[in-house]
Amino acid sequence: MKEKIVVKNLSKIFGRQPSKALDALAKGKSKTEILKELKHVVGVQDVSFTVYEREIFVLMGLSGSGKSTLERLLNRLHEPTGGEIIIDGTDITKLNHKELREFRQKNFCGMVFQNFAILPHRTVLENVEFGLELQGIDKETRRERAMKMIKQVGLDGNENSLPAELSGGMQQRVGLARGLAVDANIMLMDEAFSALDPLIRRQMQDELLELQNKMQKTIVFVTHDLDEAFRLGDRIAIMKDGRIEQIGTAEEIISKPASDYVRAFVEDMNRAAVLTAGSIMEPVRERAFPGDGPRTILRKIRKNNLTGIIMTDTRRELKGYVRAQELVDYLNKHKDQEKVPFDEKLLHEPTTVDKDMPLNEVINIYNDNEFGPLVVIDQDKRVEGVIVKGAIISALSDDDEQLTESPLPEPDAAESQDQPEEQK
Amino acid sequence: MFPFRIPIKDWISAAVDYLVSEFGVVFDGFSNFVYFIVNNLKDGMLFLHPLILIAIIAFLAWRLAGWQIALFSIIGLLLTENIGLWVPFVETLALVLTAEILVMVVGLPLGIYSARSDKANAIIRPILDFMQTMPAFVYLIPAVMFFGLGLVPGVVATFVFALPPLIRLTNLGIRQVPKELVEAADAFGATNMQKLLKVQIPVAKPTIMAGVNQSIMLGLSMVVIAAMIGAGGVGTNVLRGIQRLQVGEGFEAGLAVVILAIILDRMTAGFGQRKKTA
Repeated sequence: MKEKIVVKNLSKIFGRQPSKALDALAKGKSKTEILKELKHVVGVQDVSFTVYEREIFVLMGLSGSGKSTLERLLNRLHEPTGGEIIIDGTDITKLNHKELREFRQKNFCGMVFQNFAILPHRTVLENVEFGLELQGIDKETRRERAMKMIKQVGLDGNENSLPAELSGGMQQRVGLARGLAVDANIMLMDEAFSALDPLIRRQMQDELLELQNKMQKTIVFVTHDLDEAFRLGDRIAIMKDGRIEQIGTAEEIISKPASDYVRAFVEDMNRAAVLTAGSIMEPVRERAFPGDGPRTILRKIRKNNLTGIIMTDTRRELKGYVRAQELVDYLNKHKDQEKVPFDEKLLHEPTTVDKDMPLNEVINIYNDNEFGPLVVIDQDKRVEGVIVKGAIISALSDDDEQLTESPLPEPDAAESQDQPEEQK
Repeated sequence: MFPFRIPIKDWISAAVDYLVSEFGVVFDGFSNFVYFIVNNLKDGMLFLHPLILIAIIAFLAWRLAGWQIALFSIIGLLLTENIGLWVPFVETLALVLTAEILVMVVGLPLGIYSARSDKANAIIRPILDFMQTMPAFVYLIPAVMFFGLGLVPGVVATFVFALPPLIRLTNLGIRQVPKELVEAADAFGATNMQKLLKVQIPVAKPTIMAGVNQSIMLGLSMVVIAAMIGAGGVGTNVLRGIQRLQVGEGFEAGLAVVILAIILDRMTAGFGQRKKTA
């Protein structure tokens, strides 16, 4: 992998005499001491890392951790107090104003902001053209490029709308298209999806990943949302108090947290304690009723390609579980009889879980379960749904697949919807 | 209480005298320049038949503020013509427009400058406070000393009075442009000029236009005061009404000022709105 951005010992201090505060920092004074004694705010302190070409590098931290400051140092929207930022071999901290401007035009796809930062008086098309216009590219070329990007982000048909007429998600697509329209390869995104509501945010994340597949930019993405960081980031840097606590892939960070801070953070990712049986269950596709003959029940099972079926009364109160194999054997035994009565012996008591049971308890019960799915019931013993193995796996490995209808379900989630195979 | 008196009045008088005697040529040049504009504007408008000028104003009002204001303009202007105030009305219009042109030429750059530099802002703000709160009559005296009697000192006094709101609101408008919009322009490698012309001024436009609107309104409120130094226009009629206790004539002239004020206000307010939503 080629190194794209190399950051060495980068610091940023806000105040009147930053170099004095920098010396104090070098002597081992803490961020709070410097704030108290010298009245200087330490934004970023002595940070070093490398971003490789074509990866999504996520800067993750809570507010005040310095992640946005660090991002703005990368294109020198903030002047660094100390350190080096080497992009494609050029130390950009050494560039003068004019060189910096040209460097930004050539190398950065602008920036994508939390509040979109698109121009309210310009149409979508004119906004997307903005970066190209600044470079003095002729009208025809930039119109063509802009239209291509508008299509790319799925805004075609809206190119003549004003931003005020668009929803938040669509406005951020304009922000994305504006960045992509520029012929450059580093994209800086600052809390780009944080202002969107969860469903739209999720969708935009998917679309960003899809776009990244095609466009192959180097993306530095700032977020305070760990789910988002893990979803998008090839590598993630977790920041605290202006320092990087740990850099690594999602797996590395979860399995080997480098500090207590990171561990505490990652603990929140333990979804098993948060999700409940009700949130991962699936609806019952077909039920048998008391009074159904064995042949009817078998037909219902076969029609839905199940390995067994739940029997309830018409008020959905649970009666039992019938296994397909036993039913077939039973019918074979009585195949000479014209009318076979349903035998109560065929009815087993399935394992039930309460709707509000946390997922980690559900897992234990599931492991001890001998047959069939777990049946989710409410307080009145009415059947709410079933839990199959795939649902548990996907709930643990990924976040919201069961809660939200993602337009692009991931492979493991897709398997879980294959209910019949799992009902063994 | 004090054994001495600070001689502010002597200083000011001496300064004005010095300026008049040493820079008379400069003031004369400026005076001629302003007179050229205001007089040509006035003569040009009076050259047209009143109905044609009314049609032009009504058309502009229709485009900028809608048919209601256009209709109001036609009725109001016809009324002005009917009560025999057409010529002073046009004189006043010329004076206010000339003053407003000067205000924009000076005020916009100063407003932009004070938005971009905190130092400039720190110097300009107290001067604006001074200009706005000093009673308008007070600077009639130096205006007359520098420019004599007539239209020109009227324009200058109106200019001084109408300048502050435009500078203030231009400054405010540009400072209120969201920080991220400016950062976005920077991130794409915009020059300072590109940032100003493509981001800051367009986004601040509604506020800047509110400043233009306010300065025109303040300019109109100077009409009567300017008439005291012979600036002419409807203000003269108002003044005459006061001096001779002719309530009717005074009221008619006042009505003409109100009509002009409403037309100009709605037109410039409409201008700011139009830019915002179009």
